[in-house]
Order: sequence, then C-alpha cells, then structure tokens
Amino acid sequence: MRLLDCNRLAGGALLRAPARTFMMLLATAIGVAAVVVLTSLGEAARRFVTDEFRSLGTNLIIVLPGRSETSGLGPGMVIAATPRDLTLDDARALQRSPYIRRLAPVVVGEVSVSRGGLEREVTLLGTTPEFRVIRQWHMAMGEFLPNVGLEQAAPLCVLGATVSNELFRRESPLGRWLRVGDRRCRVSGVLEPQGRSIGVDVDEVVIVPVVTAQQLFDSPGLFRIIAQAKGRAAIEAAKRDARRIITARHYGEEDITVITQDAVLATFDGIFGNLTRALAGIASISLVVAGVLIMNVMLIAVSQRTSEVGLLKALGATRRQIIALFLTEAIFLAGLGACVGIIFGYLIDALLVLFYPDLDFRPPSWAVLGAVLTAVAAGTFFGILPARRAAELDPIAALAGR
Amino acid sequence: MIELIEVCRDYVVGDQVVHALDHVSLRIPAGDYVSIMGPSGSGKSTLLNILGLMDRPTAGIYRLDGVDTSTMNDEELAHARQHQIGFVFQSFHLVPRLNALENVELPMILAGIPPKQRHSRSLGALAKVGLSKRADHRPNQLSGGERQRVAIARAIVMQPKLLLADEPTGNLDSKSGGEIIAILEQLNGQGLTVLVVTHDPAIGGRARRQLQFRDGRLLHDSGQS
Repeated sequence: MRLLDCNRLAGGALLRAPARTFMMLLATAIGVAAVVVLTSLGEAARRFVTDEFRSLGTNLIIVLPGRSETSGLGPGMVIAATPRDLTLDDARALQRSPYIRRLAPVVVGEVSVSRGGLEREVTLLGTTPEFRVIRQWHMAMGEFLPNVGLEQAAPLCVLGATVSNELFRRESPLGRWLRVGDRRCRVSGVLEPQGRSIGVDVDEVVIVPVVTAQQLFDSPGLFRIIAQAKGRAAIEAAKRDARRIITARHYGEEDITVITQDAVLATFDGIFGNLTRALAGIASISLVVAGVLIMNVMLIAVSQRTSEVGLLKALGATRRQIIALFLTEAIFLAGLGACVGIIFGYLIDALLVLFYPDLDFRPPSWAVLGAVLTAVAAGTFFGILPARRAAELDPIAALAGR
Repeated sequence: MIELIEVCRDYVVGDQVVHALDHVSLRIPAGDYVSIMGPSGSGKSTLLNILGLMDRPTAGIYRLDGVDTSTMNDEELAHARQHQIGFVFQSFHLVPRLNALENVELPMILAGIPPKQRHSRSLGALAKVGLSKRADHRPNQLSGGERQRVAIARAIVMQPKLLLADEPTGNLDSKSGGEIIAILEQLNGQGLTVLVVTHDPAIGGRARRQLQFRDGRLLHDSGQS
C-alpha cells in the first residue's frame, strides 16, 4: 500500500465520523495548548526577573556587609547580623583595585520630605554620581548630584519622577529647596520615569550624597557597595580582589559578602527554568490523558467498523496494513490536534498579553516541539492497541457483522 | 485448480463439537461454473470461506493451484486473496464513504498499484459490469443490483482466476438477481472460475456443476459421474 493512499484512507475514515474525530482532536489540542500556555507563563516570569536584574547595569559586583555562605540573593544576606560596618573607607580602598572601573556606595532608608504644606514618605538613597552611570539612569532635567565627591556632604538632592510631580506639580523643581528629614536640600535634577526595579519604585526615591545620607541617619554603615568591573572577563578577579581588600582592612576577618550579578542571574534563571520545566511536565500529563481518550474512542471505532476491516482482509489486506491504517488515523489525530493546540496556545498567550502587557508570554521552542512530539508519541502508543485489535479480527465474523 | 482432500472444519460450541465440514473431498478445474447448495448450516458458507482463504481447515489438505495452503503464512494468504480470489458478498460490503470507482480501486490500493493504472483498470472493470456511467456515485445513490455490480467489478479488478459469490442475489429482487447471475456467467465465459453459494434452486440449477451439502457433507455432486 502506498503511503499517500494509506493517508487518504485514514483521513477519509476520520472525516466520516466528524463528531468522534472532533472530540479526539479537542482532547489533544487542549493538552498541547496547556503545555504552550503554562510554559509561556514560566518563561514570562523567568524573562521578567532576569531582565530586572540585567537592568541593574552590566558587569556588576555587589559588596554587602555580613557573611553569607550562599551566593545569590537569600534572606540571610539582608538580615544577617553584621559584625562590622562597611564604610566609605572600604569603598575608597576598593576604588584602587585594578579590576574595578567605578563604584558607588549606597545607603538606603525611609525619610519624609516636605515642601510647603506637602509632605511625603520616600525611600532615601545616599550615593555618588557614579551610581547613575552604573545603573544607566537618565535625567529628565538637571544633573545627578554634580561635583559631589565620595566623602563630601552637600545640600543637594535628585528626585524621582513621581516625587517631583507630587511636590512641585507643574512648577520646575530645579534649584528649589526641599526639606529632607531634618535638612534642607536644593533640587539638582529629576530622574526620567522608569518604573519599578527589583522591588524599588525608582520614581518614588529621593537621592542625596552618601555622606549627607549617613549624617541624616546618623550611621557610618553602608547598605552596600555597587561596583562595575572592567569588562566581563574581570568580574571574577574583581570579586576576589574586593574580598581580599576588605578582609585585609577588617583585620583578616572575611565579614562581607560579594555577589556578582551573573550569579544572581544564574540563580533566578535556574529557579524559573526549573519551574517552567515542571509546568511542562504537569501539562504533559494532560497529553497522556488525551492519548488514553484516543485509545478508548478508537477501540469503539474499531468495533463499529468491523465489517470494513473484514472487507479489507477479504480484499487482501495484511495484518500490517490494517495496523498501519489505524495507526495512521491515530497519528493524524494527534498531529492535527497538536497543531490546533499550538494555535490555541498562542491565542491564549496573545490574550494574556492584553491583560498583562508588562510580561512577555511566549512559550520556549523546546516546549512547543516537546508538546507536539509527546502528543504524536502518545497518539501512536495508544493507537497500537486498537490497531492490533482491528488486525486480529476474524474476517468471517467481521464480515457477518458479529 | 482447487483440490480438497478430506477437509474437515470443526467448531467448538460450548462443550459440543460441530462438524461444519466433514471429510469433504473435491476437485474443481479452472474455468468451471459451480453452484453450492444446501440448507442453512449445511457447511456451504464454511466451504466458501475455506476456499477463499479466510478460514483454515481443521484437518485435510486444500491445494490452490497446486500449492498446499496450510503452509502459507498470514502475508502469503493475504497475497493469494489479493491476486487469485475475488469475493462477492450477499450484503455487497461497499465502503459507504467511497464512490463506485473508489470502491473498485480498493484492492488495487492495498496492492500498491499506482493511481493512474488504478483509474483505468477500475473504469474497465465497471464497464464490464455495465456501470461506467455510475462511477462517481456513492453506494447509497445506487440500487441494490447496481451495488452488487460494483462489488463484482471490485472482485474482478485484480484479475483473479477464482470468483467466490456468497448468496450474491440474496438481497436482490429476481430481476436484478437475474442480471447479476448473467454477469457472473458472462465472466465465466471469459475463463473465470465461478463458485456460487445459493439456496435458490433456480439459480443453482443454472450452474454447469452442482454440489449439494447437508450437515457438512458433500451429498451430491452433479459433476461426478
């Protein structure tokens, strides 16, 4: 029997029972669509998180006070008991490392800012002009703490977009005075609106020189030091160097944690990659269920088509040809169902994008390919039993319709 | 062409053994026209199934064209059914979703014959049974007699040497039945060996040779003198 004829006969048999065919098609399609959509969700989450970290800047290493054994962002690194503060002197020492291009010390705290009768709680960020370069932030107007050195206090501040709008409405805030905590600062610039970045709403921050922030909070400790290595190749060396320099300054005690952006990225990438794969696994169960449904419906089909099978045998069909015909039907169903399922899946993804425009719902190509292969494999596997049953039919009984 | 030696076919029904065929010996030369008659349960259909290689004897030897069929495997049996034997059934057994031409093509599809050749051969076979104009009709658009003629065209399209007809007129009125028998006789005239199972003595009587069966035994053979 020629392949084309086999396909035509199998296809014709499927068309003759449209309700049955539609049901089996739908089962497979739902399974494949489930894989596509669920892996799209996982991928969207992974992409969202890794993009967030990438937006921190390139070739970053982050020095935090406190010792943590794990790399990546664990709760221990933030809350860990800090034996010794990270100080501006540490930052200056790090600046001499040949592997570090630039760095910015960071102090973070909550503070209220007020102007006239308006008052607002904001996140205060104490840092240096280098910070803007590392984070690749852009100014809407003015300058980012101009000419402020590492250890220089200055009554200057930079406003996030929302803070600026709330406190100054339509007036230009440049050069105007503002009360920040118990100090008065002049606005040197306003940031472009940029939305959230790893949990911090950048539009809601007020930035002052690091020393000013230390004075405000009355604490010499730094929240962290963000440093940029001299290129990708220098990241590891910069990390080792930073650890060596600080340890030497802290009397041989390694009481800091140095993490690289790459390590954080890799951690999240790994977590979300596993999540996506787990979702794919769960969704594939529905493909197996679809396979079982195909098997059951095809078993019914075989019993309804015994006389046709008997006729084919009388006309000289071999066992193998009968099996081939029924398997082709099963594979057709699974393959076509998979195609419909992919279309469904992408449609649902497109719908999700309408509701969550920030996320990028796209299934990974391995999931699409895997879903199709699993569907066809399930169809084939579960098609074997009905096909064999058809081939085993006694032609005489089959022709008699018994 | 056909040689049966002491062929038996036993069925076990419950704890009873039914002898559907009981030591039947028979020779049918090529080109013969044979009717097989007998009451229901006499074994005539069983004989036809065994001759058509759809069933195997429990004992005895069946030689088709000199070949002992008990040595054939599934593939060889299918091949022999395909090339040497044509079947005509009482209830036609046409595939409802295929038109007349496609139904006739079916055995050639299974044999892997290329489409062009299939088409011309099917048209030829339909012409032989006088149905050229109905080639694109579905079975449900054809009368009973026409359906049986499609079935005959399908049976002869592989150019077999043996045509087995199981009550070919059983579902037809006498006029169409007569036409079907006429076609079978015409094919026999062209050299095809024709075996017709029937319980209609008028139809059975037209055959050159008549076999009478009862209780699985060959009761009477008009060809043996």
